[in-house]
Formats: sequence, structure tokens, C-alpha cells
Amino acid sequence: MDVLKKVPVKEQEPQVRAQNFEEVCLGYDAKEAVSESERCLNCKNAQCVKGCPVAIDIPGFISEIKNENFEKAYEILSASSALPAVCGRVCPQESQCEGKCIRGIKGEPVSIGKLERFTADWAREQGIVPKSDQEKNGRKVAVVGSGPAGLTCAGDLARLGYDVTIFEALHEAGGVLIYGIPEFRLPKQDVVAKEVENVKALGVKIETNVVIGQSTTIDELMEEEGFEAVFIGSGAGLPRFMGIPGEQANGVFSANEFLTRNNLMKAFREEYDTPIMKGKNVAVVGGGNVAMDAARTALRLGANVHIVYRRSEAELPARVEEVHHAKEEGVIFDLLTNPVEILVDENGWVKGMTCIRMELGEPDASGRRSPVEVAGSEFEIELDTVIMSLGTSPNPLISSTTKGLETNRRKCIVAQEETGETSKPGVFAGGDAVTGAATVILAMGAGKAAAKGIHAYLSGK
Amino acid sequence: MYPIVKKEKLADRIFLMDVRAPRVAKTCEPGQFVIVKIDEEGERIPLTICDYDRAAGTITIVFQTVGASTERMQYLKEGDAFMDFVGPLGCASELVTMDIEELKKKKIVFIAGGVGTAPVYPQVKWLHAHGVDCDVIMGSRTKELLFFTEQMEKVATNLYVTTDDGSYGFCGMGTDQLQALVDAGRTYNHCVAIGPMIMMKFVCLLTKKLEIPTIVSMNPIMVDGTGMCGACRLTVGGEVKFACVDGPEFDGHLVDFDQAMKRQQLYKTEEGKAMLRLAEGDTHHGGCGHCGGEK
Repeated sequence: MDVLKKVPVKEQEPQVRAQNFEEVCLGYDAKEAVSESERCLNCKNAQCVKGCPVAIDIPGFISEIKNENFEKAYEILSASSALPAVCGRVCPQESQCEGKCIRGIKGEPVSIGKLERFTADWAREQGIVPKSDQEKNGRKVAVVGSGPAGLTCAGDLARLGYDVTIFEALHEAGGVLIYGIPEFRLPKQDVVAKEVENVKALGVKIETNVVIGQSTTIDELMEEEGFEAVFIGSGAGLPRFMGIPGEQANGVFSANEFLTRNNLMKAFREEYDTPIMKGKNVAVVGGGNVAMDAARTALRLGANVHIVYRRSEAELPARVEEVHHAKEEGVIFDLLTNPVEILVDENGWVKGMTCIRMELGEPDASGRRSPVEVAGSEFEIELDTVIMSLGTSPNPLISSTTKGLETNRRKCIVAQEETGETSKPGVFAGGDAVTGAATVILAMGAGKAAAKGIHAYLSGK
Repeated sequence: MYPIVKKEKLADRIFLMDVRAPRVAKTCEPGQFVIVKIDEEGERIPLTICDYDRAAGTITIVFQTVGASTERMQYLKEGDAFMDFVGPLGCASELVTMDIEELKKKKIVFIAGGVGTAPVYPQVKWLHAHGVDCDVIMGSRTKELLFFTEQMEKVATNLYVTTDDGSYGFCGMGTDQLQALVDAGRTYNHCVAIGPMIMMKFVCLLTKKLEIPTIVSMNPIMVDGTGMCGACRLTVGGEVKFACVDGPEFDGHLVDFDQAMKRQQLYKTEEGKAMLRLAEGDTHHGGCGHCGGEK
């Protein structure tokens, strides 16, 4: 074995997986996991832990894999993370824990993500659920939204003895893990539903079909239903569009709609009623993880798929692994390309898109080189579907119905990073509702910080 | 689960249900809508709230069987339950948020078309309960499709019933009745039109000419209904608006109806296929010659 390299992980063959919705990565078996764990140097001053937004004791759990004491490994893992089977699959480890791994200085870092996934999957297969022997203190806390921020915050508060209820607007708990991230990256029944069950096993109640700001308000929860504190983890909001001609044509979707139809409503499965447009030629505009998810979903529904992105490959915001997987499966990347108009036929349906070539100019405020149009380089592509994946703007339902809740000029809720505190006493917030669209693990980190913040606030009350 | 406590067939293909959903019944207002889902495989179906009973914790919905899901919904009985029922969604009607004294000065006319009678009813009832007068024009294709005439009679100041074929009441469309009333000297300065998009479009064309400000309730395709997916986007006054959070009511003179009607056709083939599959089960293999068969 080459100690400089990760133990390779099995994946479905690209040609095969491009035709199905089964999980792409098959994960380590016990032997592979133990073998990979032996590459960990068990650093005293572990850098990987500093790279983890929820500060998992990484050398600790990996040491237990080395000892083949997987149950103990899971115990360590689940003490810091409410969703290890999810994080092992969707975290950008390359820029977090693995990005800081000392092994990575010379050779490849330890495959921390795959080891996390192995441990969580092993525990699930054995039917092990996280335990909390903390006595209940009877104090009620409400959590708005059952996505990664909400589940983490609720799980941590339940471990501290609080009586936690999560309110979820959709009919199923999980937030973006259910409606956004596709089955082939994150299996819903086997992984997400089980992780939600684990949070419930800690004593957390989940009430679905409640839209805070509509069905009831934060003020009512606190004044009438006896909740002493509220955490808002309501996630991102309305999809953005480009504002170019033709965007209202039939066949133009937001990535949110396309993914929600496919993932939450399971439109890809014959026995479900919700329809989805299975295009023949699809362009996905944008270069983030959501764009990759939409592109790979459209591909699996049978389309030829192009990613249209205005900067170059180096600037793609998506994880390297996602881009790599998309390419392997046959997604075509039209880089340094920007749409200028969606072409519409006489019946109002998309028939193509006019794009223009771009080149990179000087770095902008974000440090990325900003793209500039190449004059006269317009060209047309033939399409029947365009999926806009340009991010979202915050949902106004909560901020507009909660007295004294401050928002910033981007309409995001203002909250302290370390505690999640907002301008309204007893109300905390975190995740995309505060930061705008970001990652699962950052939302989890915010949920964790807020759980601490809420505990400190209620302990002093 | 959300039990159905009452079910009634109002007219051909039009059904009424009272559903127990205490959280929704506690806070809903006229003009808002709910999303219902029959079971695990069902679609999320948006329906305007037709009535509510806060004490009993029930919401009244009225639906017409138009697609695979509503087709399936008609077979639910009293005692059955919806798996999911969420709301209230969208904004309350502008009328219920206005100052009552201001409202009493207005000369209001409602125009309800087809199943649009259902969402008009709670608004008229609310106005009646608050001592505000309003006229109601209620239209349908034919006599058999009329419903709620008695209930509406009790709450409307004047009720005008029209049928396209003249089988009951005034012979003609709601727009013809409005024109006739105006020609006879009646004046209005506020109109609310709810019904099929094509009907709302024509009401707006007329009221624009008559200079009567008009509110319409839009019912575009939706998925989540909470401001996440963007499926329900409309162009209103040249701006993109989302019916689920900015609406469902808009200034009818600013709505781009032609675009909205085109967008409503989006899943028509897909829906048609699902309906055929439901009707014909495993025997359907594209033999109908319309849908092109399963691909």
C-alpha cells in the first residue's frame, strides 16, 4: 500500500450511474476503513479539528477505527455531529478537515470524509442510535426549519435537556437534504430519514406542515405556546433569475424547482404524481454545487446537459469532486460563456439560448477575476430547457412577521456569529437565513453555536 | 393526518370538503390558500380557502377535478384524511386589511367564474359580517355547474347569476352582466375577479375601459408554496412576482395574462399522461394516440 495515497473508494461506473439515481460513491468496507485509518498520524495539535466547523474529535474517532472499535468511533463522532452520515457525503472536506491534514503536505490527506461516512453507515446498519442520558429540564425551545442548522441546534439542545420542537414548512423533515441534494449523492430513506430519526431519538419533536410567519408567528410561539427561546434556521429563499429576455418562457426553471420536483416530490419515480419536464437538451446556468446537482439530475432523466458558466474552471464554486463526477458522467462544460437571451418559439416554449463568450479581467472585490464580454462573440445553442442556478434571496415570511427582528441590506437576518443571537431577545438564527446560500456544514456549525448561545441565555434567565 | 369531516358534491366534477386543520383555521384570512397532498405519492395541490371555522378548527376547500391529483382526490370520503395540509399561505385579501370606514365608502363588485365562486364566498361573507355592501356576479357555463347560490344570496347585497347558455339567470358572461349593470347606471370603484385566467383577463380588459380598479387572484403552477421554488412566478407591471408570497391577489390591470396562461400549459401533457395512467392502469400503453405513449 502506498502510504502517500488514500485507500481508493469504490464508485458506480460513470456510464452506469448516469442512467440511475442510485448512490454514486459506494463507501469503504470495514477492511478498507481500518486500512485508511492507519494513515492518520494522530497529531497532538490536530489541524483537521480546527478545519471542522463543528469541531469533531477527528483523531479520536479515527483511532477507534484503527482499534476496530467502530461503536466507540460512532460515539465520539455523534457527540459533535448530529448528521455524520450526511457530512461524510456532502461536506467540502478538501477545503476543511482534509485541507488542513498534515498527511496532505506530502501526498494525499487522510480520507476523513469517507471514514466519517463509514462509521455512521456502520452504526446505522447495526441499529445503533445516539444516546443522551441528560435529564430533561422541561424548558421549551422552538426551532424553525428542519434542515442542517435546525437539526443540529435541536439535537444539541436536546442533549442539554431542553424540550425541543422543530417546525417544518414542508411535508417532510430534512430541509435542503430532502428537497435539494439529489438521491445519488445523499440517499433519502437510508441516510437522511435515519439521521432525522436519530435526532428524534434524542427527544426532539418535529411538527411538519407549519409555516412560521403564516401558520403561526415567532411572537405567538413565545407568548402563547410557552417557548422560552426560538432558533431560526429557515434556510435560503426565493430563486434569483438573470433578468434576460425569455426567462418566463415554458421550459425555464429555477434549480430549486427542478430539484424539488425531483427530490422532494420524487418525480423521477413512475408511481409519484408530480410531473417534471424531462428535456432533451438542457442548459444549467451557474457553477455551484446546486448547478452540478441540477445538471446531473437532468442527465439521469435522459437529457444532453450543458453547464453554462461565465468564468473559467478554476473559479467554479462547486466542489472539485462534483465537477469531476459531472464530467465523468458526460455533462458538457461551456465555460467563459454567459447567456444573453433565451429564445422562445411561437407557443411560448424555449427553443434555444443566445450566449456570449467571456474573458477574465482584473480581480474583483471577492478576489475572483471578473469576466468581461468578448465583443461580437454571440452564438446560439439549441435547447428545450434552461435551469437557472444563480443562488437565492432570503425569504421574507419570518422577518416581515416578527417584531424587532433586524435584517441587513441583503434582507438576511442579522445574528452574532459566536452565539446566533439576533436583535430580538430570546431569538437566535443561523444557516442560510443569516449568511445567504452556503454549505450544509456551515449551517450545522451555526446551529451548534446557537445551541450554545441559547443554553447560555436560558441558564442566565 | 388531516381528517375530512364533511364532503359534498356541489356540481358536476366540483366537490366541497371540510378538513380539520386547527393551526390553519386559527390564523387564516379570506384570500389565502392552502396546499394539500393526498398521500405519499400525491402532488402538492394549492387550493384557495373557501371558508373556515375557527372554533371547530376546520377549513373548507372546493375543487374541480382537472388533473391526475384532483381526479384522485374526488374519491376521498368523510373519515378519510389528507396526509398533508399546510397553510395559510399567501397574503390575505387587500379588502380585509383595509380600514372598515374606508371600505364602507367603496362601491364593490365581485365577479366569480366557475369554481372561482368558492374563493369569492369568504370575502363576501367577511364584508357582510363587517357591514360592508357589495354586489356579486356569479357565472358558469350552464345551470348544472352553479353552486353556492343560496349561501351567496344571504351575504351579497345584490346577486346576479349568469350562465353562458342562458339555462339560468342572465344569459351571457360575467363581463356582459357587468357591462349591462354599468349601462343601467350602476357605478363601481372596486372590482374583485376570481375564476379561470381567461375570464379574469377579459374582466380586466373591460374594467380597464370602465376605469374600475380590479383585483384578481392568480392560480399558477406551484410546488412548495412558501417562496422557495419560483414555479409560480408571474410578470406584474413588468416585474417578476411570486404568487405564493407576493400574492395570490394582484392588480389585474398590471398582470401579464397571456404569459401566465402559457405558463399554465407547462405540464398539460405530463398531467394528461398521469390521468390516463390512472384511468386505464396497466392497460395504457399509448393506445390512445394522443400522448405518444410511455417513453
